[in-house]
Amino acid sequence: MSRANLQAKLPVMITAVVFLALYLGAGLHFDNFLTLRVFFNQFSTNSFLGIVAVGMTFVILTGGIDLSVGSMIGCTSIMAASLMKFHHVHPLVGLGIPLLFGILIGYTQGVLVAKFSLPPFLVTLAGLFFCRGVALFISQETLNIEDEFFKKSLSEVSFHITDKATVSVPSIIFILVVAVGMFVSLRTPFGRNVFAIGGNRQSAELMGLPVRKTLIGVYTLSGFLGALGGAVFTIFTSSGNATSATGLELDAIAAAVIGGTLLSGGYGSVFGTLLGVGILGVVQTAIAFDGNLNSWWTKIVIGALLMAFMLVQKGIERAATRKVTV
Amino acid sequence: MAGERPTCLQLTGIGKRFPGVVALAGVDFDLRQGEIHALLGENGAGKSTLIKVMTGVYTADDGTVDLNGKQYAFKTPQEAVNAGISTVYQEVNLLPNLSIAENICLGREAKGAFGIKWNDVRARAVKALARLDLKLDVKAPLSSLSIALQQMVAIARALDVSAKVLVLDEPTSSLDAHEVEQLFATMRKLREEGLGIIFVTHFLDQVYAVSDRITILRNGQKIGVWNASELPRLELVSQMIGRDAAVLESQGTASLTTETSTPFLTFEGVGRKGAIEGVQLNIGPGQVMGFAGLLGSGRSETVRLIFGADTKDSGNFLLDGRTIQRFNQRKAILSGIGLCPEDRKKEGVFPELSIRENILVVYQAKRGWLRKLSLPKQKQMAGALAKDLGVHPPDIERPIQFLSGGNQQKALLARWMAVEPRLLLLDEPTRGIDVGAKFEIMSLVSKQREEGRSFVFVSSELTEVVRTCQSVLVMRDRKAIKTLTGKEITEDSIIHAIAEDSK
Ligand SMILES: Nc1ncnc2c1ncn2[C@@H]1O[C@H](COP(=O)(O)OP(=O)(O)OP(=O)(O)O)[C@@H](O)[C@H]1O
Ligand SMILES: [Mg+2]
Repeated sequence: MSRANLQAKLPVMITAVVFLALYLGAGLHFDNFLTLRVFFNQFSTNSFLGIVAVGMTFVILTGGIDLSVGSMIGCTSIMAASLMKFHHVHPLVGLGIPLLFGILIGYTQGVLVAKFSLPPFLVTLAGLFFCRGVALFISQETLNIEDEFFKKSLSEVSFHITDKATVSVPSIIFILVVAVGMFVSLRTPFGRNVFAIGGNRQSAELMGLPVRKTLIGVYTLSGFLGALGGAVFTIFTSSGNATSATGLELDAIAAAVIGGTLLSGGYGSVFGTLLGVGILGVVQTAIAFDGNLNSWWTKIVIGALLMAFMLVQKGIERAATRKVTV
Repeated sequence: MAGERPTCLQLTGIGKRFPGVVALAGVDFDLRQGEIHALLGENGAGKSTLIKVMTGVYTADDGTVDLNGKQYAFKTPQEAVNAGISTVYQEVNLLPNLSIAENICLGREAKGAFGIKWNDVRARAVKALARLDLKLDVKAPLSSLSIALQQMVAIARALDVSAKVLVLDEPTSSLDAHEVEQLFATMRKLREEGLGIIFVTHFLDQVYAVSDRITILRNGQKIGVWNASELPRLELVSQMIGRDAAVLESQGTASLTTETSTPFLTFEGVGRKGAIEGVQLNIGPGQVMGFAGLLGSGRSETVRLIFGADTKDSGNFLLDGRTIQRFNQRKAILSGIGLCPEDRKKEGVFPELSIRENILVVYQAKRGWLRKLSLPKQKQMAGALAKDLGVHPPDIERPIQFLSGGNQQKALLARWMAVEPRLLLLDEPTRGIDVGAKFEIMSLVSKQREEGRSFVFVSSELTEVVRTCQSVLVMRDRKAIKTLTGKEITEDSIIHAIAEDSK
């Protein structure tokens, strides 16, 4: 690998090393941590975070941000729950309508950002308030879902890997989203255009790339994945609650950044984000395993990690600008 | 030979206004199949604007664009690309975060069942570069390349399509002679294949080397169109600047005086591993020293050593006759050395700030931000410099981003002139600047020299070096090989020194 290529991959490699260190460290410290059961549980508990983090990665790669995804989860989960509970629609319809809602909101945000050149931060902040408002408007209670089909074929389904280790529907969706996200970002023109816009939007335009379409696509994708995260959240908890996933967008941003995605756009990867989510998950689980530590410690550790990763990225950036002239 | 060919691109009555400026007024332009058509004019004449109008970056206020008999109104560059117009814009427009291969193929990657076929993409990029006689690791990120190579990559990208029209806006501004030759060879081949090529440049030699016809713009208006063979050089310059070109010739010739007592700066065998070796030089007050040599011969590296941007690892370094042990950029600035670097794009304009602020930013920083220059003083100072260098339009309160490329360069030059250093290092100061302004810069250097200021003048254009310098240091292969002084300085002697005993 040439020096330049190495520099591009370094952030992800560092994240991978940190992930393994944390994981093995926790494994040595706690009994039963290094089991398949704990490993696969991680995928379930972090499924909705992971799904929205993939969408967030695309948005950040273009140099934007999507603050609306946390509210989107709350909104779509209460919407799905109320559709099933009060309107007795089939679960697939009950989960499908919120998905359309997510696409619509994402598309609207994309148009505002791409066509009207409004700042993504403000557009999606408006989306954040709007979605949370709609969620509370639908219901302020927690709605439990009793639907038979929903339970039998979605929320209570699990596939056994070993006796104790199981894979749930949310984990499968999460893994699929990551796989598709990696494919799209690395091997489709849409994905490459995302990187191009993040590299330099003006250049991308002058190179004749479909900048607006791609931007609209990215926010629509993030809206869709936000709603999919909501669907997964609903399946995971078998209920809907308007205030759930408050602030989750910030976890998603943290996961992406820890995974090596630069907030200024143009550099990063979906795989890195998967590792970022993994790190957040391991920290959380380890603190839960400890039992004595307050769960706020998760936030403190994540804060410290985030700070450390930003410094590392800055260092790499400095080294990269010292030209490797040919 | 391109005489009777059919027209492929026809612009009629193009008008484009920006707030407070008429950039183009009723410009007609026609391009034939299989011709290379030079589009010339002073900085700010409207060349880039015309190109941006015909490629959908700007929409015209008036006029029409016809391509092969069909009228178009491009709203985005993408539409122009799809219609068959391939463009290299004046500012190198590529993506530093992506690989060289992607920068060449982005937007037209080969796709298979498993998405983009990266192997095909890379092979195609290698081939596109090979046409320009270049061999690069196409997997490396673009940001690892020098500006010259980035420009070559941009050209390779533009050539790698089956376009009908190829537009090149100052593609050669940072290329060396060999790279220019490769580009020209490719352009000639494409001309044979029936492509229409628009070529913008400020190098008049290059105009005559490849062009069939010449269109001249001045102040947003079309002055005329000529067959290149029927427009003598002096006439061409006169048409561009709108007055008799002979006037220019009388300006800014180097007078061969001044050999003063203590040199301001002395290098005794200074070198730095891998960059440059054995530099021997003496720069006295009121002296202009030229650095000559091919691209990559060590000129810019020597400039960096003088400015303290890099540290020497051999030889002696004297300032005002005193040996200096440790030298760095800060010390350089404090002892009155200024640098106007080669890569001015990156060094940077602050796009949103006014011309005045851009000119004064270094001066103000050196003076200290607490001792802020009063606004009238600022206006007077920046205004005078802008006028000396011919920044156009002369409204210094305008944001610098609205200036033409060449005028931005002039403003950056003014930035360093404003600091009034004892020794100013000018690395390719005339690049991208029109003929008239080149003379203005050279005469400004001569004038300030008479006031006792010293300069290092790096230029690939030997005519300029001969005109301005009292001594010339010739470099080759990262070695300083010879110093020419006074009457010894001629184009021939420099070329001779560069080529000498390179067995
Ligand atoms: N976006 C813009 N906004 C306002 N004025 C502009 C803009 N772009 C160009 N201009 C003005 O239009 C005029 C023509 O500029 P243009 O860039 O076409 O010149 P040019 O012939 O390409 O010059 P150069 O040789 O320096 O590149 C200039 O006076 C410039 O200041
Ligand atoms: Mg221009």
